[in-house]
Amino acid sequence: MKKTIITVVALSIIGFANAQTPEQRGLEIAKAAEKADLGFNSSSVQLKMTLKNKNGQTSERSLTTRTLELTEDGDKSLIVFNSPKDVKGTSTLTFTHKVGSDDQWLYLPSIKRVKRISSNNKSGPFVGSEFAYEDLSSQEVEKYSYKFLEEKNGLLIVEQDPVDPKSGYTRRVVSYNKNKGYRIEKVEFYDRKNALLKTLTYSDYKLYKNKFWRAGVFNMVNHQSNKETRLEFNDYNFDVNLTDDDFSQVALKRAGN
Amino acid sequence: MKILKSSYHVLIFLFLLTQFNGYAQEEDNALVHEFELELEAEYRYFPNKSAFEGQKDHFPSIAIQPEYSSQWNNGYESINATGFFRLDQDDNRTHWDIRELYYQKAKSNWELSIGLKKIFWGVTESNHLVDIINQTDAVESFDGEDKLGQPMIQYTLSTNYGNFDIFYLPYHRKRVFPGEKGRLRFPLVIDEDAINYESSAKEWRQDFAIRWSHFFGAFDIGLSHFYGNGREPLFAFDASGNSNAFYPVINQTGLDLQVTHNAFLWKFESIYRSSEAQDFFALVAGLEYTFSNINGNGLDIGVLGEYLYDDRDELALNALQNDIFFGSRIALNDTQDTSILIGGIADLESSSKIFSIEGSRRLGNSWKVELEGRFFSNIDNNEFILSNFREDTFLRLSISKFF
Repeated sequence: MKKTIITVVALSIIGFANAQTPEQRGLEIAKAAEKADLGFNSSSVQLKMTLKNKNGQTSERSLTTRTLELTEDGDKSLIVFNSPKDVKGTSTLTFTHKVGSDDQWLYLPSIKRVKRISSNNKSGPFVGSEFAYEDLSSQEVEKYSYKFLEEKNGLLIVEQDPVDPKSGYTRRVVSYNKNKGYRIEKVEFYDRKNALLKTLTYSDYKLYKNKFWRAGVFNMVNHQSNKETRLEFNDYNFDVNLTDDDFSQVALKRAGN
Repeated sequence: MKILKSSYHVLIFLFLLTQFNGYAQEEDNALVHEFELELEAEYRYFPNKSAFEGQKDHFPSIAIQPEYSSQWNNGYESINATGFFRLDQDDNRTHWDIRELYYQKAKSNWELSIGLKKIFWGVTESNHLVDIINQTDAVESFDGEDKLGQPMIQYTLSTNYGNFDIFYLPYHRKRVFPGEKGRLRFPLVIDEDAINYESSAKEWRQDFAIRWSHFFGAFDIGLSHFYGNGREPLFAFDASGNSNAFYPVINQTGLDLQVTHNAFLWKFESIYRSSEAQDFFALVAGLEYTFSNINGNGLDIGVLGEYLYDDRDELALNALQNDIFFGSRIALNDTQDTSILIGGIADLESSSKIFSIEGSRRLGNSWKVELEGRFFSNIDNNEFILSNFREDTFLRLSISKFF
């Protein structure tokens, strides 16, 4: 009991000394999480996406994702579909921007066409899944405003409000694990009416290169439709040494063939 | 089937195969092979009585498309092959092709492809003006998006000033037109062998093309030039009314531009084509706007509008001189990828209109069903091309199985 009081006093002194608002604390946590993941340069991973409807029927897709880390601006990513077979080779190239809308191209292998597409549709579902495009895009600090809510069992709970009015959410409630490199354990999504829409839980975390935490499973549950999407990742490859040339329209076509 | 005429395919295939084996053995442990097969059953039905003698109304058909690729050197080197065969009521639509068969090597900022390949250029939806590298597979589909494999050496260089593509095109492929039993043809069945070349080197004329493409923020731009045997034959008539069709040697400069701003895509394509026989200018300009995730459940509805202009005289294989295209793309973004495209092209100077509907949906994990309808309405008698198709309204249903 005595210890608790001392801790509380100590914390309030620190809190007073820093005079930190919940907004500042929230931003600080988001920045700490970003910093903890700095320096991975590039990675590539294969994943299986399992879509489950409310009756429990499932369908699967398999994809390959390559990511290039950029510090000046948002990351670049290239996603290639390997199945279902009728869309095999369909690929997207995304240049995330810290400020403003992302640049995105779609490659259609049947007619060999690269098409610049609007990145306006952030809230729409990614290939019929419970993941919206914005859930899968690179998480840049600048894309949200923050408010620290509480600390619970080593988890820092932070509310994030999307800056972009085109987002499908009023807010997200994110649980950071401060003892594990600020990795994210859970995200709750609140729709435009501020009702709980989805919960995303991360599990089967693995530490790569002694620094980078990557979850092996993302499980997204939609509470309103009772549908579910599970992403299962194979091992990440952080030794691919990808460069800007691997994230061009030329590379997009090559990846889809 | 014109097997002899395609024998050059086989020669190139054999040549490349021997080359590839050498490569494959060196890097054996990193080889990744993939093989896919698509089997398609199709039924086309033309409800109107045919305009010309010999034409059929019902066209059951099957097609097969095998695809093979092998990659090594972390995907920076590959061999890609796609074959195609269709069996149809119309003898000319019964055809086979090597859509692609090429070796590719990429290294940092350059890429080299050698073999038969398919290239797409352009941004608009209703007409593909700048797209000129491949010959159109005119018997395969009405929209002209199916292409014949083009022999080439393609070198791509990526720089800070954009991508530069250089194409060496050593062989020209003739367009195949529907046969006697086929629809969507002219009163006289066009024999492709009877179509000559302006160039004395004929199909072996050594052709070249170059393209520069780049993007700056919201702008995607492409500038291209092609010099060689044209892909569209010209139909000329002498004093006694006999027709003389030939492939002219052309110079074609093309520009394509897209501006992507919020949910708007602004699109522009234009070409200037010159030859001994004919010079002309054509453009397509339009926009696409998408209302996305309308029901909060993924429903996207896009609206498209494009203006088409072509200052060619009437002796061209193109019916789009001064027309408006309007359309709507509906995507459910459901697990089965259901999508529908409806549209219409209306001639601003006559009553002619063509309406179309295309829908597709995946069934299970490895089947796909497609439905297509093209409706020719109030076609003006003075339309050089379209007047022949006035009775060729059709419905097409196809089911594909992917292995």
